[in-house]
Amino acid sequence: MNTAEPFAELPVAPKPPLRRFHQARWDEPIIFELSTPGRRGIAVPEPGAPRVELPASVRRAEPPKLPELAQPHVVRHYLRLSQENLGADLNIDVGQGTCTMKYSPKVNDRFAAAVAELHPLQHEDTVQGVLEIYWRLERMLAEISGMSRVSLQPGSGSAAIYANVAMIRAYHAARGEGHRDQVITTMFSHPSNAACAKTAGFEVITLMPDADGLPDIEALRAAVGPRTAALMITNPEDTGIFNPRIREFVDLVHEAGGLACYDQANANGILGITRARDAGFDLCHFNLHKTFSTPHACGGPAAGACGVSAGLAPFLPGPVVAFDGSTYRLETPERSIGKVRPFLGVTPNIVRAYAWIMSLGADGLRQVAETAALNNNYLMRRILDIPGASAPWGGRRIEQVRYSWQELSEETGVHSEEIGVRAADFGVHYWTSHHPYLVPEPFTLEPTESYSKEDLDEYAAILAHVADEARRDPELVRGAPYNQSVHKIDPSPLDDPKAWAPTWRAYVRKHLS
Amino acid sequence: MTGGVSVGLVVNPVAGLGGAAGLKGSDGAEAQRAALARGATPRAGERAARAVRALLSRRPGTRLVTAPGPMGGHSARAAGAPHDLVRPSPLAESGPSGPTTARDTRRAVLAMAGVDLLLFAGGDGTARDVLDAVRELRERGERVPPVLGIPAGVKVYSGCFAVSPAAAGFLAAAYLSGTSGLSGTSGGGPGRAALIEAEVVDLDEDRYRQGLVSPVLYGGLPVPAAPAALSGRKAGSSATAPGTVEGIAREVVSRMRPGVRHVLGPGATTRAVGRALGLATTLLGVDVVERDGAEGRLVAADVSEAELSGLVEGREAVLVLSVIGGQGFVLGRGNQQVSPRVLRAVLGTVPGRLLVLATQQKLAALGGRPLLADSGDEDLDRMLAGHVQVITGYHESTIYRISAASEELYG
Repeated sequence: MNTAEPFAELPVAPKPPLRRFHQARWDEPIIFELSTPGRRGIAVPEPGAPRVELPASVRRAEPPKLPELAQPHVVRHYLRLSQENLGADLNIDVGQGTCTMKYSPKVNDRFAAAVAELHPLQHEDTVQGVLEIYWRLERMLAEISGMSRVSLQPGSGSAAIYANVAMIRAYHAARGEGHRDQVITTMFSHPSNAACAKTAGFEVITLMPDADGLPDIEALRAAVGPRTAALMITNPEDTGIFNPRIREFVDLVHEAGGLACYDQANANGILGITRARDAGFDLCHFNLHKTFSTPHACGGPAAGACGVSAGLAPFLPGPVVAFDGSTYRLETPERSIGKVRPFLGVTPNIVRAYAWIMSLGADGLRQVAETAALNNNYLMRRILDIPGASAPWGGRRIEQVRYSWQELSEETGVHSEEIGVRAADFGVHYWTSHHPYLVPEPFTLEPTESYSKEDLDEYAAILAHVADEARRDPELVRGAPYNQSVHKIDPSPLDDPKAWAPTWRAYVRKHLS
Repeated sequence: MTGGVSVGLVVNPVAGLGGAAGLKGSDGAEAQRAALARGATPRAGERAARAVRALLSRRPGTRLVTAPGPMGGHSARAAGAPHDLVRPSPLAESGPSGPTTARDTRRAVLAMAGVDLLLFAGGDGTARDVLDAVRELRERGERVPPVLGIPAGVKVYSGCFAVSPAAAGFLAAAYLSGTSGLSGTSGGGPGRAALIEAEVVDLDEDRYRQGLVSPVLYGGLPVPAAPAALSGRKAGSSATAPGTVEGIAREVVSRMRPGVRHVLGPGATTRAVGRALGLATTLLGVDVVERDGAEGRLVAADVSEAELSGLVEGREAVLVLSVIGGQGFVLGRGNQQVSPRVLRAVLGTVPGRLLVLATQQKLAALGGRPLLADSGDEDLDRMLAGHVQVITGYHESTIYRISAASEELYG
């Protein structure tokens, strides 16, 4: 029997509707394990460059414990790892709802490379160009949010949320209202809001959704009081439902003496349509990697931005860039909460975000939001055509939808997580939901403006196929994945401080010594 | 391999009839006739067949023992399951085409006492009939089979039901394969997974139709323990339930002022409060504790309503109650010691003297339904209605809707 696959036949056969995908599995060691003493990559110095003798004060007594490899081994290692990924440049990355995976235009990497050799301790006079980019991006984000000033220092979205919480705390303390120790958030706001507030010492009150899937405004009424420091809320929430009464929420909190803080990490559905300050918010933040196209880079180096009203500007993290009409200077706001990361910010991503906004202009930003909402509602229509899928609370959504496989799961015993894992056998994936699951058997899709109609059709066809498999052969789906780099993993070490090891040094200490 | 395993199936064919007809239940021949007259279609048989199909998909060839016709035989045949009919037929009395009664259900259960697992399709009323039969078996000193409810009734509040027909089938298959249960503990005999005692509760439908609420806890049935919720997880999430319960307990202790009597209701969450105080409080009873410096003091354990009333009358006290999972009852289920007079004595006009405890998971499982107060005094319930702060962890809470059970469920 001829078992050869028909790829070599001529003429080339049309592709089947679903990809015959197979992920690479290189079984690649950690780069430290590949180290051989004395191996080097060679960077030849420019001809005529003077020899530099480092002064003894900065010279290491012992060389750093870096892995030692030749150049081809480094290239091979990282290419192999890149093949074991389902990154945004490889797959139709609409399944990471709330994380907002959009395309990062490659041209912007060239601009980022142009600033790569700047040193953060260079004198201001020698970096006027990059300071101008910081200044101009700040002004753009201020215009987009309606806020007075913006800090570009935070190194991530959660760092931006934490900076906002720290400003809220400092603001109340400065007014002699340090007794305000409660932060109110909602179940479908990003949980970093609750986590950052708690880390900063606040008590957290979480509002549950009402019958329409919106945060219960009556519960907010019952929650606000003299201890209220702030409301920290996302809108649209993770359900993709826009809260049309958001102004009332803000007003209720203001009446109680609290501040209102808008998590618009992902402003993809509202760019150029509505602004945080116009709804009365005092603070907001953006994730440059969710809304302004910079790479997520696997959890870092991302970048966040905090926007504040004039009353909170003195509390911004510092330094910020000031401009007197001719020169850009670094200055620290009067009552600054201090630094939330070293130096000014994640400069390569500041440059990328600036380039992205400049390439689109104001009309382009609005078109981003309109396309994202259109894509989302188109995909929703395709997903709801799949028997067993539903979108609780009904209605149109803004930029994402938290769906449910409850019906399919009750019928087949296959869980949402298992369906997502099986989808990875076709080269895509999805994420379920934050915990706890309010929507049963959840999955959250967010197509952004980056994906074409064909992309969305392919994605929906994969989920339809897997849902059909779940009905015909649930064990097949439960046994997935079959074509992936990694099959089943036990996640429990991730919850065990004695076992987890985010660095090689920690790994050596915990597991090799 | 399924050799030797037998599964009983009893269907209450009239279960669920009253729901679609707006009759708030299907107990009694009159309600059933009224429902049929309003065009209701029986659906319990189809739901039972769905459960059987799910069971067969996991354990092909599983043999059923069932009652004839609409009481199980039809469903088994519809699902393509090999089956034997019990003799004598429980339908002998009603006749094969006549309406079935509670007595038929009981007789069918008694005839199937030897099965490895008994599935029954119906609602809370059917669960009560199964419980009656189980009691009869216990009285006779005979073996009681594990049971599992297929939800097919109007009222399905009892804990002995799976969340859906298919879930019942899957859980049954997991149990028979010895893979269900918590930590693989064996409580139901060799090779079998754990059994837990699940509550059977029901309302008196006649009173319910008149707008009067009298939910009654009738007893417990042995059911297979559901596998620990297989929660899909994002890397790094570590909000496991036990830690949360300890966090709730820490929060309660941090709020306790010395000398104030705290009434701990039944439940694992409130028992964790006792544990955080270093006290051996009871799981099912109501206990009274005080904080004395960093220490806790057990004032009285497992008190009666009268004792409790004496302990809180005329002094400052706080009620600490947990939410009864699934249904959302805060008052009126399992904590009847906290009577209207106790409530009036403690709360006075200060709602802050009631602390409600629940994990976020438990609240999420309510699916947006409110918490329920059913103290036995509807005026009091209405006074409590509105929003209540529910402690969900250390320095974590939510503001959640609470309703008078009489208005929410039956109003």
